[in-house]
Amino acid sequence: MSTNGTATRGPRAGDELPPLTVPITRTLIVAGAIASRDYQDVHHDAELAREKGSPDIFMNILTTNGLVGRYITDHFGPGAVLRRVAIRLGAPNHPGDTMTLTGTVTEVDGDTAVVRVVGANGLGHHVTGTVTVALPGEAVA
Amino acid sequence: MSEDELYPLLKAYEGRSASASGIGKDLVNEPMIRHWCEVMGDRNPAYEGPDVIAPPTMLQAWTMGGLSGHTGRTGAHDELFALLDGAGFAAVVATDCEQEYRLPLRPGHRITFDSVIETVSPRKTTRLGAGYFVTTRMDIRADGELAGTHRFRILKYAPAAGMRPAPRRPRPVVNRDNAGFWEGVAQHRLLIQRCASCAKLRFPWLPGCGACGSPDWDTVEAEGEGTVYSYVVMHHPPFPAFAGSEGGREGAGPYAVGLVELAEGVRMVGNVIGVPYDKVRIGTPVRLEFFRADEDLELPVFRALAEGAG
Ligand SMILES: [Zn+2]
Repeated sequence: MSTNGTATRGPRAGDELPPLTVPITRTLIVAGAIASRDYQDVHHDAELAREKGSPDIFMNILTTNGLVGRYITDHFGPGAVLRRVAIRLGAPNHPGDTMTLTGTVTEVDGDTAVVRVVGANGLGHHVTGTVTVALPGEAVA
Repeated sequence: MSEDELYPLLKAYEGRSASASGIGKDLVNEPMIRHWCEVMGDRNPAYEGPDVIAPPTMLQAWTMGGLSGHTGRTGAHDELFALLDGAGFAAVVATDCEQEYRLPLRPGHRITFDSVIETVSPRKTTRLGAGYFVTTRMDIRADGELAGTHRFRILKYAPAAGMRPAPRRPRPVVNRDNAGFWEGVAQHRLLIQRCASCAKLRFPWLPGCGACGSPDWDTVEAEGEGTVYSYVVMHHPPFPAFAGSEGGREGAGPYAVGLVELAEGVRMVGNVIGVPYDKVRIGTPVRLEFFRADEDLELPVFRALAEGAG
């Protein structure tokens, strides 16, 4: 929940979400690909990934999308309703790396907040995006 | 290559349907939701219990073809991808995903979807290689009602393998005991050690004679004739540094390593070249050659002689 100190209040533009650190294991990459029914070889076969110009397997976009969604609802709580998630991928998530998700509330309109999310790994920004989330019942900022 | 002749052909697909009346292979269901949440580490109580909804970010997962492939894709989609594949832009990576969620998906929902090719970019140079960005927009319905939209951008690219330095073979360990062998190789001479005391030939090089124990030796230059005494074929893993001994070939397909018995009687290990890996046989006659792997490494290898010679 958006609990800051003692007083509960709705989100305000400029609020920063606590970071979430995600170890990028080979298992996470493969499990994410399978859970999203994505059998592209670059997400599970390192040799074929190398043939396609990548040094190793890398996380698929559906898994990144899922992690971004989780990051937002972890923070705002089970009452939060995702309305829109728009992400762009940059530096790939390879095994052995760590991704740290950070977020900043950029807009609040009624019960709807827009959060700018960045997921940074050892190579740079893996993901940048915006999430629009409705917070029914939240006090309007 | 300044003129991109492919692009007008690709651009003609903008606005065309990419999939029509696609049907999700599974109804929205709790097991797939739970597997997703396990991966994401997502403990949101909204995704479990009697009133469970699917995580909205799973939207695309319900439309995936899985191992058995997509259904409902149109000729236009397949033609566009065939054009790109045929022109060498065969690899694919997703770059953007924009989803809007209108209705929560719940177990039992039947998923249907339609998508359209929105845009195809001009050719771009990227870190992965040159390619084209293809953007599609998909409408996803749950039991016939619009539940969400999914805009997806992928890069279809030609892997820029040439941008990475070619992997180099491991270096031989040259020491006091075998330096003479490698000096011979540098002069394109395959030198066999000969015991100075009992004249027994030995290979590989060793500090002493296995027959009489003498540390004294001289060398005999091999004539270069031999036969395959035994062999193995390396299939896996493909190790790019060991790409074909004749060089130039991309990737290391299966290749044959022979234990070659030289005419002088000693045996040595080396790649068997000049013949498909699956045509090497015990008894195949071979002749010594020197293969330059890179500017610092030359290796003795064995070329299979023409059929009929043996
Ligand atoms: Zn001897």
